Amino acid sequence: MRRSLLRAVMAVVACSLVLPSLALAGYGDTIDMTTGVTEISRSVHSLHRTIFYICCIIGAGVFAVMFYSIFAHRKSRGAKPATFHESTTVEIIWTIVPFAILIGMAWPAAKVLIKMEDFSGSEMTVKITGYQWRWHYDYLDEDIQFYSQLDAAHNAARQRDSGVELEQFEHYLKEVDNALVLPVGKKIRFLHTAADVIHAWWVPALAVKKDAIPGFINENWAKIDEPGIYRGKCAELCGRDHGFMPVVVRALPQDEYDAWVADKKAEATTAKLDAQREWSHKELVATGEGVYQRNCVGCHQAEGQGIPGMFPAIAGSDVANGSLEKHLETVLHGVGDSPMQAYSTRLNDSELAAVITFQRNAFGNTTGDTIQPSDVRSYRNGQMQSLATDTGYFSNFNVTGAN
Amino acid sequence: MSTAEAHHDDHDHHGPAPGFKRWLYTTNHKDIGTMYLLFSLIMFFVGGAMALVIRAELWTPGLQIVDPMFFNSMTTMHAIVMIFGVVMPAFVGLANWMIPMMLGAPDMALPRLNNWSFWIMPFAFTVMLSTLFMDSGGPAGGWTMYPPLTLQMGDSFAFVVFAIHFLGISSVMGSINIVATIFNMRAPGMTMMKMPLFVWTWLITAYLLIATIPVFAGAVTMLLTDRYFGTSFFSAAGGGDPVMYQHIFWFFGHPEVYILILPAFGIISSIIPTFARKPLFGYDSMVYATASIAFLSFIVWAHHMFTTGMPLAAELFFMFSTMMISVPTGVKVFNWVATMWRGSMTFETPMLFAVGFVVMFTIGGLSGLMLAITPADIQYHDTYFVVAHFHYVLVPGAIFSLMAATYYWMPKWTGNMYDEKLGKIHFWVSTIFVNLLFFPMHFVGLAGMPRRIPDYSLQFADWNAIASIGAFGFGFAQLIFVWVIIKCYRGGEKATDQVWEGADGLEWTVASPAPYHTFETAPEIK
Repeated sequence: MRRSLLRAVMAVVACSLVLPSLALAGYGDTIDMTTGVTEISRSVHSLHRTIFYICCIIGAGVFAVMFYSIFAHRKSRGAKPATFHESTTVEIIWTIVPFAILIGMAWPAAKVLIKMEDFSGSEMTVKITGYQWRWHYDYLDEDIQFYSQLDAAHNAARQRDSGVELEQFEHYLKEVDNALVLPVGKKIRFLHTAADVIHAWWVPALAVKKDAIPGFINENWAKIDEPGIYRGKCAELCGRDHGFMPVVVRALPQDEYDAWVADKKAEATTAKLDAQREWSHKELVATGEGVYQRNCVGCHQAEGQGIPGMFPAIAGSDVANGSLEKHLETVLHGVGDSPMQAYSTRLNDSELAAVITFQRNAFGNTTGDTIQPSDVRSYRNGQMQSLATDTGYFSNFNVTGAN
Repeated sequence: MSTAEAHHDDHDHHGPAPGFKRWLYTTNHKDIGTMYLLFSLIMFFVGGAMALVIRAELWTPGLQIVDPMFFNSMTTMHAIVMIFGVVMPAFVGLANWMIPMMLGAPDMALPRLNNWSFWIMPFAFTVMLSTLFMDSGGPAGGWTMYPPLTLQMGDSFAFVVFAIHFLGISSVMGSINIVATIFNMRAPGMTMMKMPLFVWTWLITAYLLIATIPVFAGAVTMLLTDRYFGTSFFSAAGGGDPVMYQHIFWFFGHPEVYILILPAFGIISSIIPTFARKPLFGYDSMVYATASIAFLSFIVWAHHMFTTGMPLAAELFFMFSTMMISVPTGVKVFNWVATMWRGSMTFETPMLFAVGFVVMFTIGGLSGLMLAITPADIQYHDTYFVVAHFHYVLVPGAIFSLMAATYYWMPKWTGNMYDEKLGKIHFWVSTIFVNLLFFPMHFVGLAGMPRRIPDYSLQFADWNAIASIGAFGFGFAQLIFVWVIIKCYRGGEKATDQVWEGADGLEWTVASPAPYHTFETAPEIK
């Protein structure tokens, strides 16, 4: 009996190792963790596999004994109950043995963890700020910054009952307008923070997941080995559109990355020039519609009708049809104690002028107003002066602490 | 053990009052136990319906049925209802029914408090569920209610906090009652180390509740003052820290998950020896393991927070302490298997559910061990892998233990045997569908699907469809459970006092159905 039990245990243990391996090999991208493209991600993956196999062996052992017992020690087979009910020896054995296994596992896990937490020697830094529901990337060494959010086509498709065929998207809900572009082979430091609620920036292939906490800065790092596109998601529940704030990282060889940096800087110069010139009404409305689609439509909806009880309408609203000052204040500084956020730093003067012009001339609003980038600038300047003479209440606090 | 049945002539006024007043005014532990159990059965379907809304939306990619905000409030409410409205009250109901009978006590130590702790619950849950019909909607920031997100909620937030306070008061009062009963009402000769394991696990659970519920109450009160009274406990703008909330919450939240499973350990430790016809293996080590788990549960809380940016030393400490929990938990599983070993087993429905519990709880425990490995946990965190893990320990874990307990003690409660065939069908259908429901969640989680999302990438479509099929199958299978209970209440083969051939313990020495008053004269324990 004892030998047959041993054979049964061995067979189950063997199966428990072979079957999962076969399965993992075939369906890697839908059933298992990615190996990733960094040294850390490979270490994490191997820890994951090791602990998984240990669990399989323990589980198989326990279940084999249990099912053998269920099969052999049943009353219907005439089993007579034994009377033993304690043994200090076996209790000690099955306390010590798992403990030893744990120590064997804790050692490599601690080594990987220590390596993950070693932020020294980084060659460049990107500050990543989470917003409801987009990411802001700030290349601290390059003076490049931009927002990144769900691609507009995906955003349209994900609306309830949109009727859009989802199969046309190869990476449904994992495509953004502006990907984070990074060079390979460099130790990149990430600084994580948030502007409203807690988010978590997660890219499985880099084994990077860190909470973005408003008012605090978290650190993390990655050194990417291979060029490619790596996709992730916000991992911490952050409100209505938590499921719709993907992360896309485009890793480029150093020379291509340098070219991208040069392009990006040229773009910034053009934007600066744009903010100085006079825009036509038509141009503002057209640009503003795009800004609206990217920033406002989530709450205020496609027809500016809002969602009653939650998000106010823009169509026919007092703000969009009333004083320009009030409209500027609402958009630039948000509305305290409500989901309406401050856009003063998220959009540039041209975008702000465009979206306000659009809102005042769409959804049945017919103010006929045209707001130039220079108007936004003078509103900001006027405000700066009044703040300077005021007792000085700054509604936007700066990120001050680190933990 | 024997019962001394004493007869008194002056006890007829102790019978149940007629009509609704019986239930409203009752101080009888059996009546109150029944109300707790029925309440949790009803809430099981309420919370289950919410789960089915979630699974219906997730059946295919794209948004079809609900708005993302409502989806979030379904995930939040599903958790609140299942934890505070189903598993906790059901265990309290079992404690009410069984602990006095297991200890040879005539009733709970504090019967009027007992009535009050029950009647607060329906009231608190009415308030909680009413938020779903308010303008600003139900809570949608997750049952963990992390600020600042949860502070964005409308004014229904105040109702949620109010309801939580009342649920907490109910739990703490219930726990005090259980502790008082166990320490004061044991029959002569019922020493601590003779108590059934169910009583032991409940004693330890009651202490966990008394220690942690006030912490939770403090955390939600701080949220309330941050929201309405201008404090900044959790806002960096005023010098506070959102992560401090998470520390306080999980200092409650981690012991809470053991509150949801320790009584289950006690139930399984009663059922397996009965159907193996062999005493529980390692009684003493089971008691010590339970106590160790309870102690460890207080020093592992931050393993829910490995991505919040804690210092390395803290991460290492919480990794090691978390791994340690698997030692006493392992001891329990090994003891159950050793109890079965060389027994003389039969597999009536309670035993089927108990065996199902051991197998599937172990699967959940092993994925818990994987989650303890911090570098890997950082990848698992907030994915469906975690959802799979805690549903394995809570559904085929805690919920299966409750079903096992119901089948096990129902003949004692009603005096009738339940329909064994239907019971077995219920077990097999539930087991098949619960695995279809939760097993694929391991896969999509590892492959990168975050939790708490109403829509997902196409690569996860197949597994989500399978999980949804499992959800509806499992949900509708519970109608069999209700039917078995109704059928058993109405009639059936009369149960003997002993009910089960291998049953051992004071509760099996009284008549079936258990009379309204039991052990008015304490039994003698030999």
